[in-house]
Amino acid sequence: MTNGSSAPPDVTQPGPIIGPGYNYATVTDKISAIVLTSRPPKWWIFGFAGAFVLVMLLLVSVTYLFAEGIGIWGVNIPIGWGFAIVNFVWWIGIGHAGTLISAILLLLRQQWRTSINRFAEAMTLFAVSCAGLYPILHLGRPWLAYWLFPYPDTMKMWPQFRSPLIWDCFAVSTYATVSLLFWYVGLVPDLATLRDRARNRAAKIIYGILSMGWRGSAVHWYRHETASLLLAGLATPLVVSVHTIVSFDFAYGLVPGWHSTIFPPYFVAGAIYQGFAMVLTLAIPVRKLFHLEDFITARHLDNMGKVMLATGLIVAYGYMTETFMAWYSVDTFERYMMWNRMFGPYGPVYAVLILCNILIPQLLWSRKIRLHVAALFSIAMAVNIGMWLERFVIVVVSLHRDFMPSAWGMYYPTRWDYFTFFGSIGLFLSLLFLFLRFLPLISIFEMRELVSPQASTRSEGEA
Amino acid sequence: MPETDTQKRAFGRIYGLMAEFSTAEQLLEAARRTHDAGYLRIDAFSPFPIEGLAEAVGFRSTMLPLVVLVGGIIGCGTGYFLQYYAAAVSYPINVGGRPLNSWPAFIPITFELTVLFAAVSAVIGMLLMNGLPTPYHPVFNVPRFALASRDRFFLCIKARDRKFDLAQTRSFLESLHPREVSEIEV
Repeated sequence: MTNGSSAPPDVTQPGPIIGPGYNYATVTDKISAIVLTSRPPKWWIFGFAGAFVLVMLLLVSVTYLFAEGIGIWGVNIPIGWGFAIVNFVWWIGIGHAGTLISAILLLLRQQWRTSINRFAEAMTLFAVSCAGLYPILHLGRPWLAYWLFPYPDTMKMWPQFRSPLIWDCFAVSTYATVSLLFWYVGLVPDLATLRDRARNRAAKIIYGILSMGWRGSAVHWYRHETASLLLAGLATPLVVSVHTIVSFDFAYGLVPGWHSTIFPPYFVAGAIYQGFAMVLTLAIPVRKLFHLEDFITARHLDNMGKVMLATGLIVAYGYMTETFMAWYSVDTFERYMMWNRMFGPYGPVYAVLILCNILIPQLLWSRKIRLHVAALFSIAMAVNIGMWLERFVIVVVSLHRDFMPSAWGMYYPTRWDYFTFFGSIGLFLSLLFLFLRFLPLISIFEMRELVSPQASTRSEGEA
Repeated sequence: MPETDTQKRAFGRIYGLMAEFSTAEQLLEAARRTHDAGYLRIDAFSPFPIEGLAEAVGFRSTMLPLVVLVGGIIGCGTGYFLQYYAAAVSYPINVGGRPLNSWPAFIPITFELTVLFAAVSAVIGMLLMNGLPTPYHPVFNVPRFALASRDRFFLCIKARDRKFDLAQTRSFLESLHPREVSEIEV
């Protein structure tokens, strides 16, 4: 069992992407055993129970919200977009790393992605599910959410197709659908493995239905690979478009702090940054608890640390450009917005954000820290928090003081704001726990490819 | 009364013969040799995709990319004309004399629907071309076939093949040095 903190002496040589001594049979058995055990580990039961309690909290909050209306939250004029939109952008951003790992790194033939892609894709799906809740909860009349979709209705009305909010609706629903399809296509061969290996009759039937009778025929594999590559090619521009469109929700508005052309690239980089932080936040405990250190190796943590560092620097550049442009514009409102962001009533939030998103992640320059599991986990946690604060700064701090001092105000989140947020974290974790229990968290067939002698000679040049 | 081979075939009692191999290289080699020997209705099964195996069993190319392209084009057209129809035909609103067909504002949704339709066609196309879902398939009647999703590689010559003859085909498969050759019952 390799430990993450023990760095290989030769720093120029990347570590292995899989522990030594594995073959087709052992990778299959090791990953499928996690799912096919009849008794889940104790930590799973406690973890799932805890997450489920939070789901109940979400249900209570949502029920009360639907009964009372969004007045139970701290939102009011001028801050109409509070936690709901902060959380929406945060969750959707988390999803992006999953697509990056599964699609973009597939196209770039980065073999180290193999052991984390299934898991990261699942994270994408669950994060998008949480994100999708918020715009609906935030509607004053959530039962009319379907008005967002174009359908021939008796009022002879159409959605406003020139509005970024409608684009968002299309972007997020497309993203959720394509992510689900991509994930399922990758799962089919592994579900077949579970079907063949399950001893429990019910499991055999359920996995049998889900695997659709997959039998690993050469021709089927050929089409499967073609479809996966095509889906990766489609998902790559899609993921960029989704956060671009999310940023349009802001950039289209005239509010100082929103109305900026840097938003699309800066949002996309931020999303990948935070998504990788979340992958690390989840992968580090999972590899430990399931003893998967041979599959999610130090090399993976190291690489993810590097991606975080690179995207973090893009985000830092975005902050700098925003600040510079505010000064360079000689626009009273832009300059005031930036001054207020740094030294206004929410100034400390901005300070913590800079600390979490820019200063702390600079530690990742050190290889020693990238390979130190606890340090890496703490940095990832800091980035998770920092990116949430970033969205808070963008949404709330920009809104609270715009043009007219007479229209200024403050936003104080209520307990229901927090309950809904924690509830959505519970929903995310519950789905994740169920995923870990019932589906293979690492793509088994791709791991087999990785251990095949054919692949190891091929991978030398590509890795 | 024992049946002859021809009878077995005539009554459709067996689907074909299955040879089991331990490595991907052996399977690839065996598939090539089987194809060269003139067997056309063959299939190979492996726990992961093997480069060149589909070609070795006589597969030429897939139409899937074309299906995805057509899906994407349909999505693109649907996306644009949906918005054009709504904004310029069905419910035109004159906002300060701005053009009704404001195409730049229609790009995001057009793009999203292009991707959506293309992705859905990729998945449905792949499944339909592969004949999935397949609720029943004879290859699963071979008990050891469960290992095809773990660490074993299988080559199957179907009884439908013109050259198929139970005894001869079996001895041909034996000549490829498999671990085992078994009959696949229908």
